[in-house]
Amino acid sequence: MAELEIKRTAKLFIGGAFPRSESGRTYEVFDKNKQFLANVTLGSKKDARDAVTAARSSFSKWSQATAYNRGQVLYRVAEIMQGRREQFVTEVNTWSKTKKQAEIEVDKAIDLLVWFAGWTDKLSMTTGSNNPVAGPFFNFSIPEPTGVVAAIAPSQNPLLSLVEIIGSIVLSGNAVIVIPSEKQPLTAVSLAEVFATSDVPGGVINILTGSYKEIAPWLASHEDVNALDLSGVSDKAVALDLEKSGAQTLKRVLRPNANLPGLERIKFFLETKTVWHPRGL
Amino acid sequence: MVFEYAAAPESSAIVNIKSHYNLFIGGKFVKGKNNSNYKTINPATEEVLAEITEASVKDVNEAVKAARKAFKTWSKLTGSQRGKYLFRIARIIQERAREIAVLETMNNGKPIRESRDIDIPLVAAHFFHYAGWADKLDHAGLGKNPQPLGVAGQIIPWNFPLLMLAWKIAPALAAGNTVVLKPAETTPLTALLFAEICQQAELPDGVVNIITGAGETGKALVEHPDINKIAFTGSTEVGRLIAQSVAGTNKKVTLELGGKAANIVFDDAAIDQAVEGVVQGIFFNQGHVCCAGSRLLIQESISDNFMNLLYERMKNLRLGNPLDKNTDVGAINSAAQLAKIKELTQAGSAEGAEMWSAPCEIPNRGFWFAPTVFTNVSLSHRIAREEIFGPVLSVLTFRTPDEAIEKANNTPFGLSAGIWTEKGSRILEVANRLRAGVVWANTFNKFDPTSPFGGYKESGYGREGGRHGLEAYLKAGK
Repeated sequence: MAELEIKRTAKLFIGGAFPRSESGRTYEVFDKNKQFLANVTLGSKKDARDAVTAARSSFSKWSQATAYNRGQVLYRVAEIMQGRREQFVTEVNTWSKTKKQAEIEVDKAIDLLVWFAGWTDKLSMTTGSNNPVAGPFFNFSIPEPTGVVAAIAPSQNPLLSLVEIIGSIVLSGNAVIVIPSEKQPLTAVSLAEVFATSDVPGGVINILTGSYKEIAPWLASHEDVNALDLSGVSDKAVALDLEKSGAQTLKRVLRPNANLPGLERIKFFLETKTVWHPRGL
Repeated sequence: MVFEYAAAPESSAIVNIKSHYNLFIGGKFVKGKNNSNYKTINPATEEVLAEITEASVKDVNEAVKAARKAFKTWSKLTGSQRGKYLFRIARIIQERAREIAVLETMNNGKPIRESRDIDIPLVAAHFFHYAGWADKLDHAGLGKNPQPLGVAGQIIPWNFPLLMLAWKIAPALAAGNTVVLKPAETTPLTALLFAEICQQAELPDGVVNIITGAGETGKALVEHPDINKIAFTGSTEVGRLIAQSVAGTNKKVTLELGGKAANIVFDDAAIDQAVEGVVQGIFFNQGHVCCAGSRLLIQESISDNFMNLLYERMKNLRLGNPLDKNTDVGAINSAAQLAKIKELTQAGSAEGAEMWSAPCEIPNRGFWFAPTVFTNVSLSHRIAREEIFGPVLSVLTFRTPDEAIEKANNTPFGLSAGIWTEKGSRILEVANRLRAGVVWANTFNKFDPTSPFGGYKESGYGREGGRHGLEAYLKAGK
C-alpha cells in the first residue's frame, strides 16, 4: 500500500512568517474539474493591517539595501523556483488547459525574475539624470521606491502575473502586500515558500489569500500604504471605489487596464528625488 | 546707525492693462457665454486692475473642442516645427520680460526683484529647454516614437502665475499635446498676456486656450470627458478632489501639492550662510511657496546663537511696495490667504508656541503679514503640521542626526527639504534618508528647467522639469 500523502496547510505569508488568519477562517479551493484541492486561509481586515505593519517595518532596510544585494536576492528566488519547477507546473496545471501551457507559464515566470534581478542596479542609470542647471550647482535626480504598495493580482496566468507584480514592485526597494487570485491561490502559497527560503527579508513581500473585495478596501484606505496596483480588479465598480478611497491619501494608483510595458511598470512605483549642492572653492 | 533707503519704484507705465479681458479660445479672444465677470486687483493697493471673464461650463466645452481640433494637426507637425514655435515664444518672453515682470508683481504682490530676476527669466528658460526637446522625444526614456496624450487640462496656482504656466504648457506642447489652461482666480493677467504672446508667435489656433474663472471653472475642466490629462498645482485638499474625480477614467494625472519642508541646520553648518538660507527658504515670495522651508530644525547646541542671528537678519527685511526694487517681502496675495495665515498663527499661539515678528511697518492698504517666527513648537502643533503658505517659520530642535531625519519625515507631505552642514558624507546620508522630492543642501529654493521637481507622499505625484517632466505628457512608444 502506497504511503499516504502529507498535505500542506495553505497559510498567509506576513512578515516572513506563515500565520493562520486572525479570523480563523478558510475557504475551499477547487481545480478546473471542480475537484477539491485545499482549504486556503481567508485573510481578514486584521491580517491586512498586520501585513502593512510588516511591510512598513521592512521598507527602510530593503530600500537602503544595495542594488547589487536586491539583484542577488531576486536571482536567488529564480534559482529556488527553478528547483521546484515540477511542483509549480503541477499547480498551474490544475487550471491551465494543457500541461504544456503550464510549463510555458512557469518558465516565463522564472525568466521574468531573472530579468527583474538584472534591473536593480541599472534603474538609477537609465531613469536618473545629472541635470545641467544654469548656475554653480551640482544637481542630480535619482529614482527611489515609493514605499508600501498594495496589489491585487489577476486570475489570468496566476503565477506569471503574480511574479510580474511582485518582482516589478520590490526590485526597486518597495515592500508589497499582494492579494493573489481568489480562485487559484495555490501557486501564490508555493511562491511564498520560495520567498521564505531565498533571503527575501521578512515583510518585503506579504501574501494575503482570500477575497480582494473584502481585503482591498482596508488597504486602499490605509494611511501607511503609498500605492495601489489594481491589475487584478476585474469588477469596475470595485476598482472605482478603491481608486477613490486611495485618492484620500493621494496614493499612486495603477489602474486595472493600464497594461504598462516592462520598464514602465517598474517606473510606476518609483519617485524621483532631486538633490542640489553649490559648487565653490 | 540706520541707513535710510530712497524709494526706487519700477514704473508701471510699461504695462498696458485693458479694462476687460475675454477668454482665449481657438486663437481668439472671445466673450464668455454667461456674461459673468469678476474683478482682479493689485493685492498691495487693493486697486481694481481689470474685469475678468468667469468661464462657464459652456465656455470650457468650447475651449476643449478647440484644443481637440488643434490636436489633430499640432500632434502631426514634425518635432522641429513644434520646437520652433516654442523657441519663438521663449524669445518673445525675453523681449517683453520687464513688462511681464511688472504685470506679475502688480497682480500677485511679489517683489519686482523676484519677478524680474527669478520668475520671468525662468519662464523663458523653461520654454527654451522644452523647445529643444520637441524633436528629441525618442530620447525621453520612453522608447522609440512615444506619443502625446491628447488634450491636457491644466490648473495652476497664484503664487508663481506665469512660471507655473510655463511648467505646464512648455512640456505639453513639446510632446505634441494641446492645452486648456486655467490660471488662478486672483492672478489671471500674465496668463492673458501670454495668450497675446501666442498670437505674436503665430502659434496655430487652439493649441493653447486660456480660460479664466474660479473653482467651478476648474471643476468643469477636470470633469470634461474629452480631456486626456490633468495637470494641477495647488493645495493638497483640491488635489484629493481631483484624484477622486478622475477615478475610473483613463485620464492621466500629475499633481504638485502642498508641503511642510524641514530645513535642517546642523551644528557644523556655515552659520551665516545657513541664516541666509533659512530666510530665503521661508520668506521668499512671502512664503507663498509649496516647497518653502517652513519648519526649521535646528541642532540644540547652536540654537540660541542661531536664533539671535536669525532675528537680527529678519529685522533688516524690507516689507512694502512690491514694485520698489529694494523690497524683500511683498504683499500677501489675497484677503482670503491673509485670513488663513492669521487663523493658523493664532492657533500657534493658542497651542503654546511663542511668536516673534519682525518689526516692520505695515502699509495702510493692501494685504500684509510681517515675517514671523514661532519657537517652542512641538511636532503635534498645527503650525508644525499644516501648510501655512505665508511668511511664518516654525522652529523645532533636535540633538542627533537620526532625530532630525525622523522629525523631518514626520509629516504626510514630502515635497522638499534642506540640509545645512559642512560635512559631505552627512549631506549624502541625510539626503538619502529624507522622503522628499527635492533636497537642497547648503542652498534652498533653487529652480531650473533641467531639474525635475515634485513630491513624495501627499505632496502629489509626477515631476515637472527636465526629461522627467516630459514623461507626464507622453505615453511609451511600442
